Amino acid sequence: MSGTSVSSPSINIAPRATGDVRRVATREAYGEALLQLGDEREDIVVLDADLSGSTKTRAFGAKHPERFFNMGVAEANMMGTAAGLAAMGKTVFASSFAMFAAGKAWEQLRQSVCVPNLSVKICATHAGLTVGEDGKSHQMLEDIALMRVLPNMKVFVPADAVEARQVIRVAAETPGPVYVRLSRAATPVVLADEYQFEIGRGTLLRDGGDVALAACGVEVAEVLEAAEILAREGIEARVLGLASIDPIDGELIRQAAEECGAILTAEEHQVNGGLGEAVAHVLVESRPVPMHMVGMRGEFGQSGKAGELIAHYGLDGASIAAAAKDLIARKG
Amino acid sequence: MTLTDEQRTEIRETANEVRRDVIRMVHAAGCGHPGGPLGMADFMSTLFLAHLKLTRSNLHAADRDRFILGNGHTCAGYYALLAQKGLIPRDELLRFRKLGSPLQGHPHRNAELGIDFSTGSLGNSLSVASGMALAAKLNGWSTRVYSTSSDGESQEGQIWEAATSAAHYGLANLTVIVDFNNIQIDGVMREVMNVRDLREKYAAFGWHAVDVDGHDIDAVDAALCAAAAETERPSAIIAETVIGKGVSFMENQSGWHGVAPNDEQAELALAELA
Repeated sequence: MSGTSVSSPSINIAPRATGDVRRVATREAYGEALLQLGDEREDIVVLDADLSGSTKTRAFGAKHPERFFNMGVAEANMMGTAAGLAAMGKTVFASSFAMFAAGKAWEQLRQSVCVPNLSVKICATHAGLTVGEDGKSHQMLEDIALMRVLPNMKVFVPADAVEARQVIRVAAETPGPVYVRLSRAATPVVLADEYQFEIGRGTLLRDGGDVALAACGVEVAEVLEAAEILAREGIEARVLGLASIDPIDGELIRQAAEECGAILTAEEHQVNGGLGEAVAHVLVESRPVPMHMVGMRGEFGQSGKAGELIAHYGLDGASIAAAAKDLIARKG
Repeated sequence: MTLTDEQRTEIRETANEVRRDVIRMVHAAGCGHPGGPLGMADFMSTLFLAHLKLTRSNLHAADRDRFILGNGHTCAGYYALLAQKGLIPRDELLRFRKLGSPLQGHPHRNAELGIDFSTGSLGNSLSVASGMALAAKLNGWSTRVYSTSSDGESQEGQIWEAATSAAHYGLANLTVIVDFNNIQIDGVMREVMNVRDLREKYAAFGWHAVDVDGHDIDAVDAALCAAAAETERPSAIIAETVIGKGVSFMENQSGWHGVAPNDEQAELALAELA
C-alpha cells in the first residue's frame, strides 16, 4: 500500500514536536495559561469547587485572590454563580473534575449558561480513564456526549499541553460557553510550540492514504503510535487531531474519508455520543466510508494505572493498529 | 424610609392592574400559571415601584439593579410589571406563551425588554443572582440584585448551596423574596414536602432573614429598606402570601397553580378585580 499526499491548501498541517518526548498534563498547561490570561485581562474571574490544587487554578488564585472564588464542594451552585458573573460582563473560568463539572452540573450548564449563551468556560480536568486509581466514580467517560449535545456549547479536547494552552487562550477570546476537557496524567507533547489552534479546524498530524486515524485528547499520542506500528508494516495512516469537536472540521474529515477510504476514531470516552459519532455524523450526511470507533463500549472503568487502563480497554497504540488493519480489510 | 400615601396608592393600583393583566394573559394563552403571580402581585409591585432601579433610561447601564424571577412559572405578573414600567409593549402581553413572542412561558433573557435572566428550572436562580451580586461587589458598584424564590423551590438543594456561598462571600447587595403560600403543584407544601421555617433556615445560613405578610405593602417596603441597609449579609424576606389572591375562587387552591381560566372564569375574575 502507498500513501497519497494531502494537497488542499485549506488543510491545517500541524507542526510536530521534535527531539526527546516531553510529558506534560494538559491540566498543567491550563493552570499556566490561566495565570497568564489573568495578568492580561481584568475581566477574567475563576471559580473552583474545592479542587484548585488538582485542577491547577490555585496559581491564579494566589496571584489574583480578588478574582478567584472557591465555591466549595457545590458544583451546581458554582455553575450558576459563574452564569451570574458572566451575565454582568465577566469572562468566567469554572473548574472541577470532569465528572462533577459536566455530570453533576449539567442541568445548570444547560439552563443558566447555554440557554442565555454566556461566557462561561468550563475547564474540566481529570477526564477519562487516565484519572487512574480513583476508579470509575471519577473516570468521566460521558462528558463529550453531554456537552456536545448542548446548543451554544463549544467542545474542545486538546491533545497535549501545547494545544491546551492554545485552546484556553481561544476560549477566553471567544464569546459564549466553552467546555474544555483536560487530563490528569502527564502525556506526550506531540505539537511544536508554534502550533496555532483554531475553532472548527482539525489538524493533520501525519500524512498517509491507507486509513485515517482521528483522535482527541490523550488518544492522539496513541494513534500516532499506532501509525508508527502500521508504517513498519507498510501501511501509511493519516492522523487527524480533532481537538475542536464542536464545531468539528467537516472538510478535513470528508477529505480524509475520500482519500483514505476508511476512518478509525479513538477517544477516552464512551463510543456513544463521543468523537466517533461526531465524525460519523459528518460522513453519513456526505459520503460514508467504513469506520471503526475505538473507545469505551458501554461499560464503566476501574482502578489502575493510566497506562494499564488504556491498554486494558484497547485504547493503546498497539490495539488501535490492530483495529486499523481490520478496518482496512473492510474497505470497498 | 416609609412609603408616601401617593406611593401606597400607586403600588396598590399597580398590583390590581397586574392581577388583571395576569388573568387576561393566562386566559389569552389558554395555559399558564395564574395563582402564583396573583399572590405575588403586592410584594412584586412594591419591589418594582419603590426599590428596583430599572427604567427605560437606565436599561443598558451596566451597574443598574438586577432582578431574577427564580420561580419563573409566575412570569405573567413579572411581564405585566415590565409593561407597567414601559419596558414591554402592552400589546405584547396578550401574545404571552405564543409562537414567536419574546414573552416565553418561562422568562428568557432579553436585554431590550429588561428581562435580566432565563429561568424556569427551579433551584437555579439564587446561584445566578449570587453571581451577579458578586460581580457587582467586585466592580465596586452600588447595584442591588433581587431574586424571587418560593417555598416549593426551597425543596431544591441548590438553593441551600447558594444560600451558603452568598453568606460566605458577604453579598449584602443580594435580596431574595420567598413567596411562601404553602401551595405547590401536587398540593399543600407542608404535606408534599415540608420545608419548615425558612426564616430560621436562612438565618442559620448566615442571612439577615425576616418574615412578612406579603400582602402588606408597608411591611414589604420596610423589609426591603432593612435589606438595603445590610452591609455584610444577604437578605431573605419570607413573604407569606395567599395563592390566587384577589380572585375568590382561586385563593388557596393548588388547582389554580397552573391552569388557565375559561371565558366565564376570566370574566368573573376580572369583575372581582375591577
